Amino acid sequence: MSNAAFVIIAIFTLAAALAAATLRKLMHAALSFAVALVGLAALFFLLGAEFVGLALVFIYIGAVAVLIVFTILLTRRDVGKDRGFNWAGVLIALAVFCGLTWSILKTQSLSIVAPHIRALTVKRIGEALMTGYVWPLQCVGLLLTAALIGALILVMEEKR
Amino acid sequence: MTPTLQAFVLVSGALFSIGLLAALSRRHAIFILIGIELMLAAANLNFIAFWHFAPQPHQPTGVMFAIFSIAISAAEAAIGLAMVIAVYRHYHTTNVDQLDQLKG
Repeated sequence: MSNAAFVIIAIFTLAAALAAATLRKLMHAALSFAVALVGLAALFFLLGAEFVGLALVFIYIGAVAVLIVFTILLTRRDVGKDRGFNWAGVLIALAVFCGLTWSILKTQSLSIVAPHIRALTVKRIGEALMTGYVWPLQCVGLLLTAALIGALILVMEEKR
Repeated sequence: MTPTLQAFVLVSGALFSIGLLAALSRRHAIFILIGIELMLAAANLNFIAFWHFAPQPHQPTGVMFAIFSIAISAAEAAIGLAMVIAVYRHYHTTNVDQLDQLKG
């Protein structure tokens, strides 16, 4: 894990996220959101969590970003009217950022280097999911089914 | 020279603040959803970073937490976007400042 790769990926991710938050055109913002998630997946790869990085690419870019683009296209009529910018929100976000950065820089125990680790294989993750984490896995399956049915009911045409 | 845990937590904090900026300052409902997704992604980065720098990294705890968090945020995005479409059908707008029917 080299420092240069980390700096480049971090700047790339943060720039894309900032573009997603501030661009005026909704479609450009959604595409920058997808780019920011690619950068985040690269950070996960750098941290040795390859499976989570791949899951992020599949779920966020393959499903969530495409869903956002579909929603933008379905609600297109008032895209041009999004002008206002709430400056109080900008101030609050800036204050939160300064507070977080200050407290992270003050914490001494965070400046540690990674221990030598064995790679976490997908086999190991699958074993853990099917043994120790089987109840959370079933609960997440139930939640996703409920979300699917709920989203279908929400967007169904109302009978008059 | 390898990056320390502090660098990853700083990136995560910056990503969270950007998500908060999008969620608080934009008026379009889809921007608010994008901001919430960015904040959840920052939390996932924290999970993975603390797992990577933990004393016993052969336990897959942090990875499991991140996987479940990703699944739940996918469900949240599906419901949120369905609500945006339902609101758009009713009011023909997605500007959250104009949805003030329940205002006292």
